[in-house]
Amino acid sequence: MALLSKKDTGLILDPLADNNPITIQVLGICSALAITAELKASIVMAISVLFVLGLGNVVISLMRNIIPSKIRIIVQLVVVAALVIIVDQVLKAFAYELSKTLSVFVGLIITNCIIMGRFEAFALGNGPWKSFLDGIGNAAGYGLILVIVGFFRELLGSGTLLGFKVLGDPIAKTGIYAIGYENNGFMLLSPMALIVVGLIIWVQRSRNKALIEEN
Amino acid sequence: MAINTDKNIYTVAFASIMVIVVGSVLAFLASSLSEKIKQNEKLEKQQNILYAMGINENEDEGSVNFVPTDRVAEEFSKYIKEQIVIEGDKITEDNEAYLINLKQQETAAKKGNTRKLPLFIGEKDGKKFYIIPMYGKGLWDAIWGFVSLDENLVVQGVYFDHKGETPGLGANIKQRYFMDDFEGESILDGTEYAGIEVAKGNNDPLNNTKDDNEVDALAGATITGNGVSAMIKESVNLYKSYLETIRAKN
Repeated sequence: MALLSKKDTGLILDPLADNNPITIQVLGICSALAITAELKASIVMAISVLFVLGLGNVVISLMRNIIPSKIRIIVQLVVVAALVIIVDQVLKAFAYELSKTLSVFVGLIITNCIIMGRFEAFALGNGPWKSFLDGIGNAAGYGLILVIVGFFRELLGSGTLLGFKVLGDPIAKTGIYAIGYENNGFMLLSPMALIVVGLIIWVQRSRNKALIEEN
Repeated sequence: MAINTDKNIYTVAFASIMVIVVGSVLAFLASSLSEKIKQNEKLEKQQNILYAMGINENEDEGSVNFVPTDRVAEEFSKYIKEQIVIEGDKITEDNEAYLINLKQQETAAKKGNTRKLPLFIGEKDGKKFYIIPMYGKGLWDAIWGFVSLDENLVVQGVYFDHKGETPGLGANIKQRYFMDDFEGESILDGTEYAGIEVAKGNNDPLNNTKDDNEVDALAGATITGNGVSAMIKESVNLYKSYLETIRAKN
């Protein structure tokens, strides 16, 4: 028997493209705007969300039959906040450098709509294994968009990728700067992230017409 | 038997148990890890102080590499010859001056108490470094750092850090290209304590001019840059009387 059934594979792969949490469900936009000026930050955020959403979905799924419906949102918030604090404390103790890189993202993870959205829409109604796959899939779909946006913003805004100067030196005027290219400072500001996300949505919908909603 | 999760009594009981369980887990975790976290913070401060006086493992042009944690305590005691605490006119030696919390001291000063000002005196290749800790406000949250000066109050190195400045913009204050620019700038303008301005549009991106009390600003991070300028000026001003005695001796 294969480890993943066809349905299970769908749970992981669908959110990467045709049911992407950012471009299709339009969730998690705030953090995508805030931290994508650098590719490294995008990657760190993607991994953090992968961990919190994968584990959080399992916890909520295990508790799904005993959570009182009246306070389910509070329970979900407590679970995600507790997970984030645990991750943060453990990193501070055993991977201090990484925890410093993460510091600004911790708050953003708690407020990320994708996490609450998946708890509410999937984990409350499905078993732990399926919920785990759904969490991993959605976090990967979110991370994919973050990395794409981070790539373009850092490349066009600072001329670097992961901190390495790939287009030449803008001050000493080497590489592409020698022929008059200038970094686009506007790319570093949040509105450009929204525009890049918009462009991804445009490309995605023009390639797959089924995604276009009819009125 | 299925549980009726809609009953009020169940909801209250569930909420109470959840609070107790989550609270206990977090409290246990925090108390069992706190020693390790404190130790990491201590080593980080030592690394930062050494970085400001030029003891680091920087190799290529762009990276910021500290002395590794397993060696830092040893290097710290080797290079930092004296740690003093200035409290009004009183100057005392304190081997753990680097642990003084600057924010707490600021709050104490606001209540009318005398501020404890830590200062580190380092020595490398026969040259003395006076390292001043700094604390200020960026755009979103606290920024802090260390500036190391020679006896003429010329900057020998700096280290900046932040709690939550925007990645790619204000967070770049801890990038090499920004911190390196401060080297060689004087804190003094004539005889006046001018600090160092993070200046927009000073037409000196390579920072070749070292006598203008200015370094080139970061694009898109004006408020963080202003915070850095204010932090340097205010922090150094607190040490003015001590720095005057160093200059007088020189």
